[in-house]
Amino acid sequence: MSEILALSATAAAAAVAAGELDAGELFEAYRARAAADQLNAFVWVAERAPAAVAGPLGGVPLAVKDLFCTAGVPSQSGSRILEGYCPPYTATVVERLAAAGAPLLGKTNQDEFAMGSSTENSGFGPVRNPWDRGRVPGGSSGGSAAAVAARLAPWALGTDTGGSIRQPAALCGIVGLKPTYGAVSRYGMIAFASSLDQAGPLTRDVTDAALLYGSMVGARDPRDSTSLEFPGTIELPQRTDLAGVRIGVPVELSGEGIEPGVLRAFEAALELMRGLGASVEECALPHAPHALAAYYVLAPAEASSNLARFDGVRYGYRAAGAADLMEMYTRTRHDGFGPEVKRRIMLGTYALSSGYYDAYYGRAQRVRTKIAQDFAAAFGRFDFIATPTAPGVAFELGAKTADPLAMYLNDFCTVPMSLAGIPAISIPCGLAPPPGGGLELPVGLQLAGPAFSENALLEAAYALEQAIEFDGSAPNEA
Amino acid sequence: MGIDLEPVIGLEIHVQLATATKMFCGCALSFGEPPNTRTCPVCLGLPGALPVVNARAIHFGLMIGLALGCELAPRSIFHRKNYFYPDLPKGYQISQYDEPLCRGGSLAGVRIHRVHLEEDAAKLIHVGTSGRIHGSELSVVDFNRGGTPLVEIVTEPDLGSPGAAREWLELLRATLRALGVSDVNMEEGSLRADANVSLRPVGSTTLGTKTELKNMNSFRYLERGVAAEIERQRSIIEAGDEVVQETLHFDPSSGAITSLRSKEEAQDYRYFPEPDLVPIATTEAMLEAARAAMPELPAARAKRFEADLRLSAERAHQLAFRSELGDFFERALAAGAADPVTLANWVGVELVARTGEGDPAESAIEPSALAALVTMLAAQRVSVNAAREVLDVLVAQGGDPAAIVAERGLGAIEDTAGLEATVAKAIESDPAAAEQVRSGNPKAIGALVGAVMRETRGRADGAEVTRLIREALGLEAGED
Amino acid sequence: MIERDEVRHVARLARLQLSDEEVDRMAVELAGVLDHIATIAELDLDAVEPTSHVVAVENALRDDEPQPSLPREQALAGAPAVADDGFAVPSPQA
Repeated sequence: MSEILALSATAAAAAVAAGELDAGELFEAYRARAAADQLNAFVWVAERAPAAVAGPLGGVPLAVKDLFCTAGVPSQSGSRILEGYCPPYTATVVERLAAAGAPLLGKTNQDEFAMGSSTENSGFGPVRNPWDRGRVPGGSSGGSAAAVAARLAPWALGTDTGGSIRQPAALCGIVGLKPTYGAVSRYGMIAFASSLDQAGPLTRDVTDAALLYGSMVGARDPRDSTSLEFPGTIELPQRTDLAGVRIGVPVELSGEGIEPGVLRAFEAALELMRGLGASVEECALPHAPHALAAYYVLAPAEASSNLARFDGVRYGYRAAGAADLMEMYTRTRHDGFGPEVKRRIMLGTYALSSGYYDAYYGRAQRVRTKIAQDFAAAFGRFDFIATPTAPGVAFELGAKTADPLAMYLNDFCTVPMSLAGIPAISIPCGLAPPPGGGLELPVGLQLAGPAFSENALLEAAYALEQAIEFDGSAPNEA
Repeated sequence: MGIDLEPVIGLEIHVQLATATKMFCGCALSFGEPPNTRTCPVCLGLPGALPVVNARAIHFGLMIGLALGCELAPRSIFHRKNYFYPDLPKGYQISQYDEPLCRGGSLAGVRIHRVHLEEDAAKLIHVGTSGRIHGSELSVVDFNRGGTPLVEIVTEPDLGSPGAAREWLELLRATLRALGVSDVNMEEGSLRADANVSLRPVGSTTLGTKTELKNMNSFRYLERGVAAEIERQRSIIEAGDEVVQETLHFDPSSGAITSLRSKEEAQDYRYFPEPDLVPIATTEAMLEAARAAMPELPAARAKRFEADLRLSAERAHQLAFRSELGDFFERALAAGAADPVTLANWVGVELVARTGEGDPAESAIEPSALAALVTMLAAQRVSVNAAREVLDVLVAQGGDPAAIVAERGLGAIEDTAGLEATVAKAIESDPAAAEQVRSGNPKAIGALVGAVMRETRGRADGAEVTRLIREALGLEAGED
Repeated sequence: MIERDEVRHVARLARLQLSDEEVDRMAVELAGVLDHIATIAELDLDAVEPTSHVVAVENALRDDEPQPSLPREQALAGAPAVADDGFAVPSPQA
């Protein structure tokens, strides 16, 4: 059994294709572990393996974040307002992956409506980091990340709006990829912030990420107006050196505000890159320090509108015994939404409201343009931008819940790439002790590239990954 | 008393487009289908669903813009209009805000402010006997209509009277109908009009405070509602008070005007660009397709009727601006009616008398049948009265006029001698009337004509009968 | 700073019921975030267009071809209250 679990998704898919491994046995191995989950990573687990589908993903079961609509299976986006809601249709990306041979293993826990960086905002309880159960796995895709890190799933789908794939990947010592905006269909993804949300893989290694991602992109989805055709196909990476690769390290995102242990691991990784032949230099992203502010206007603004449909009329929770329509609305939404969601709805409504639009939303949209321009200028001189993924290692449950702003600061290295719509990957680059001392915890390195540079990004990440030789064996007993 | 006030009226019109599917999803449009059978994740506002723009709705929008002489935007985008209501499944309506599809333009001297696309709300049905909003506990939502494509047309406040507003709206309706982009039926809700009404001193160029009269669902109610609101505002101003800007409802049965929304509920729609959609760039191909699809518009058609077919200005206008009449007329003409003017009169007077506001094409009469009837009339093979009787049958049951005439023995009386005998008999039977006529009371002839017509069962030609009576009485042929 | 009345007004726009205590807490929390956001007020952004659409795509249009609708039972499946084959709600008071 543990040999099965030790296989990477790519190796398992190859074994199934070669007839050496039975897809049903593979599914059952993971299903049993998922069902025995102690980390609260799963909110739903399949009861049995579905009928086998042949395809490049070889029958390797997939854990899917709760916010992806899966017909007939609860799709709650981590919220009580959708508790038990089963949609009549399935998200395009989940359909494509199932058709490529990755059956649905289970739905994973997340921050409510993808709002959060620790999964403590889930309506169904927090998820625990397999490296230290008293600590958070990151968020909002914390369930997916913990499941992969603890070998409860060979791979998982998450979503990234301001860092929600990359940051949990970093905190759990796994790989997470945020695509070029538009490359993956959003149809069937319960929305948080429409112009930022993207689905992406969370995997044990870069090769698995490439394999899964390859089946997520391709032709555009006619059901998602903002979806794009991906030029070419995604290749499995093979590169082992970085000769000729120019890496830019933005001063704004690699010093102030970052834990010393994280910086040390990051700089060691930069050294490795030099050893592989890359040139590594400082660069500037002058508007990066304002990215978080712009993000915390734009994302809540879009969310305040996207979440208006949760009104108790057609589905989900409705407060009982309301005297009139106004009370039905206000009590339903008061009861059904958690505090962080309510805060962001308030923030977003405020930013869009009469008299404030120009000062907040209008300006934030312009900051966004500036950030995109900053990256474009940087990519004129560099192939990739490198930063630590998160400013710290996994923090303790409850450590940052008192002050919303403290939680938001977890995203300051990842948000600029989201605003610019460019692809970015996080790979584990080492370990560091937490500020108060204690067992060492994973540190993630983020590489970002221009739009549609995923193949090059995966190659560079792979080369670095091979050199780092990160031991991903988290304490992964169930 | 006091200053002379003049009304200033602008219209805001919503037109449901006659596309096959909804604005942002592939659900077929509903015509009275059972509730909630034309929905999908998109138009139900299910979590995770996304809108996709209907290409044909853009095409129709561009055609409307061309017909109204608008500037067609090279680039337009959609915005979200955010508010909560049970008939609005997403909690926002996808509409257009400051980058609409069309701007400017005019129709019959009334300037167009803008034309834009949006989606219709669902239907909220109030459980309770009166079907009104107040006084019922429960409402039920049917999402079949939700998502139907709408074009909103907003005019400048260029209309000066209730009658002018009504006439202009009728002209707009005729134009849209000619385009084929909508059923434009006010009673069914595919054409909806709100009016913005204000008063100002005659000669002033500043606008007074305007009120908005919503949802008048017939031309008549629109005219009466606007007139009532003008009077209401006049009383307020003449009393020295100020008109309050508000949204109003006109009740046609009571004539009362009531406020629809209180000031505290003033809406803040928090418009922002729709992130789930991409901009519409009006390409040369799209413009070409819209131009190619343009039919002859009513004003041009009226001119052609006058110039080429010699119709009177009034008749030409009538047939051109009620496009269903114009269509029927031209089809009958093509089927071989001898004289366009007579045919036009028979369509515009006799046929309309029988089909009313409706489309004659929906009655049983075929255009070729009317053409044949008018030809028979011109050849005097049937009298006017008989022809009217034949028309009754054609409209009710269809058929062929010659066959109907034969069946019912309605053919014109060929036999002049027989007719003269009938005339003589009528004069004999009513000497009093005959004496009246002889002594110079022309109206008395009616009784004699009537008697002959009854005797001949309407087959005689009235003018011919009158002539024979006068001849028999030794009078000069005069006017009837 | 954000006034309590403003918080109540925004809560009403967002159809969120908030107790007095929640209003107070929200005022404090929002003020903190708004202070941070206020940094964007310092930037010179006049020469820049807002990014209203991230992907450089136009005219993502759909042919006007009918697609199957959901069967009514599926449409109503999640409904908290159903009446007359529709979604039942308390009547709006105009």
